Amino acid sequence: MNSRATTPAPTRATTPASSPAFAQSVWLVTEREVGSKLRSKAFVISTAILFVIALACVLWGGFAAQSGTSYPVAVTPETSAVTAELGEAVEVTEVATADEARELVRSGDVDAALVPGGAEPFGYTLVGDERVSTTLIGMLSIAPQVELLTPDATDGFLRYIVALGFGLIFFMAALTFGSTIAQSVVEEKQTRVVELLISAIPTRALLAGKVLGNTILAMGQIIGLAAIAVIGLTVTGQSELLTGLGAPLVWFGVFFLFGFILLASLFAAAAAMVSRQEDIGSTTTPLTFLVMAPYFLVIFFNDNPLVLTVMSYVPFSAPVGMPVRIFLGEAQWWEPLLSLAVLLATCVAAIVLGAKIYENSLLRMGARVKLSEALKA
Amino acid sequence: MLELSGITKSYGGRRVLDDVGFTVADGRLTGFVGGNGAGKTTTMRIILGVLARDGGEVVLDGTPVTAADRRRFGYMPEERGLYPKMRVLEHIVYLARLHGFTRADAATRATALLEELGLGERLNDNIETLSLGNQQRAQIAAALVHDPRVLILDEPFSGLDPLAVDVVAGVLQARAAQGVSVLFSSHQLDVVERLCDDLVIIAGGTIRAAGPREGLRSQHATRRFELVSGGDAGWLRSEPGVEVLEFDGGYALFDADSDETVQRVLRDAVARGDVASFTPRHPSLAQIFKEVIQ
Repeated sequence: MNSRATTPAPTRATTPASSPAFAQSVWLVTEREVGSKLRSKAFVISTAILFVIALACVLWGGFAAQSGTSYPVAVTPETSAVTAELGEAVEVTEVATADEARELVRSGDVDAALVPGGAEPFGYTLVGDERVSTTLIGMLSIAPQVELLTPDATDGFLRYIVALGFGLIFFMAALTFGSTIAQSVVEEKQTRVVELLISAIPTRALLAGKVLGNTILAMGQIIGLAAIAVIGLTVTGQSELLTGLGAPLVWFGVFFLFGFILLASLFAAAAAMVSRQEDIGSTTTPLTFLVMAPYFLVIFFNDNPLVLTVMSYVPFSAPVGMPVRIFLGEAQWWEPLLSLAVLLATCVAAIVLGAKIYENSLLRMGARVKLSEALKA
Repeated sequence: MLELSGITKSYGGRRVLDDVGFTVADGRLTGFVGGNGAGKTTTMRIILGVLARDGGEVVLDGTPVTAADRRRFGYMPEERGLYPKMRVLEHIVYLARLHGFTRADAATRATALLEELGLGERLNDNIETLSLGNQQRAQIAAALVHDPRVLILDEPFSGLDPLAVDVVAGVLQARAAQGVSVLFSSHQLDVVERLCDDLVIIAGGTIRAAGPREGLRSQHATRRFELVSGGDAGWLRSEPGVEVLEFDGGYALFDADSDETVQRVLRDAVARGDVASFTPRHPSLAQIFKEVIQ
């Protein structure tokens, strides 16, 4: 073997000066992951539809809420003082006589009329056509003083809607991008490109890049939806609800970020255990249930403080449970921080575990890799 | 020079590589042959660091191979494949960047290489739209784009038509001429025989023979000769120390028991008539292969 002396090893100026750092490799994978998704027409269109639907829901909800609060009422000069106390809840039409007021009710121009005369302590009569709104009667009635021993901070319907909203968004985004990363991992195995990739960069860099790329996509969608909620609520003048929703939204974003990294690592690991797209279901189904669980729990148990409290600490449901509790004002200031710490610890464990399974399964083609084998050394 | 020594690897108690050691010299094509499951792919994966070894060493130019060294290894896995939905140029640029080139550098090299390989017209087509032959070319570009110091190719000729075999062989020879260490495996022993300078034969996870091709051939040479003469060569059959294997008129293929017998036969042949040719028959690679894997 005399070739060592005869032929010098090639070392040319074009050689890269230094091999790229781990972070650089991760970022290259991330870029490709995000780029290929953004170029997919199906993804862009479905995201646009999702945003439009979300905007429509917020706007519709806002306008519906507004239009329900104002009643058209006719008054005479004698009764106009009464409606002045009701403020914006009524839309006042002042007419000269009681008969004119009755005529307006009959024609349907107003819901009701306030005419002089009638028993004390009111001194006026509420005139309706076929019926009179009980809300309007309630507003004009004298109510006894009420003392609640355990006051409910928010009404049941709003609680349900907010819980449903967080649950649904988490479920949809986590499942969409969890499946995306799973498919992308299997695509690399199925097309065999993976061996070429890991001969160039460390396996962990590949995994990290994929998780990061899909996390960016998922967070982009979440931030887009949050922006739509904020804009929609502002446009429809529901700043009061917005104030209540601001902190939960921010916490939701933070929890979702780490919650998704946790899920994405597990989805990637699960997908690495199979070699064909058709087999993805066999290893990712348990994860799909994990993602769906918080959605159903929050729908059925949003009025059960115990279940919500447990949910807000279990890492897989904390991204839904904790923001709902914060919205309801049930969480102490330190609770989201503690829950976040638990989530972070779980996240780190999932990354370590996921990376191990991923590394051990990536080059094993054919039959599904057994979990016990994937976890070995 | 790439050197392997004492490489071992077991899968679940089954030893697939046992004390594997050989060298891949700079500027030479080293052929790596062995049957299915002999350990070729496992060995190559260990060289690339894609698979962890249980023991032994991979050394490049005297120092153990590091991750940084491996960045300058070019690899063609046995299982071919690229992202089907990526464009050809974009894909090769991506791979060059994974090997540490800047975006601009990667683009320049990838374009030049793809043009050299005859894919200049298809740069912006998706990989999946390429014919199988063109996908192979893209795969070769993937192994070469970062100007590797060492090339490891697992069955680079499998599935290629004879014309494509020549193209790939030409590319490998050109790289070797530039001083690259090239290791390639193949089932096609005739191709290996034609191309390689050095040869490594593996069977059952152990190296059975390794060294320069000609050296191996003369090592395994037998005293087998071919005689083409004007007269009838039938007399050879009664000659002591000669075993005739094939016979047809003036043609005979025979084994001789000693160098003296060979010389005596040649003299007799000349005395009996015109000798058109008298040639030693070197064993083919296929014969050596069969012999050493026994």
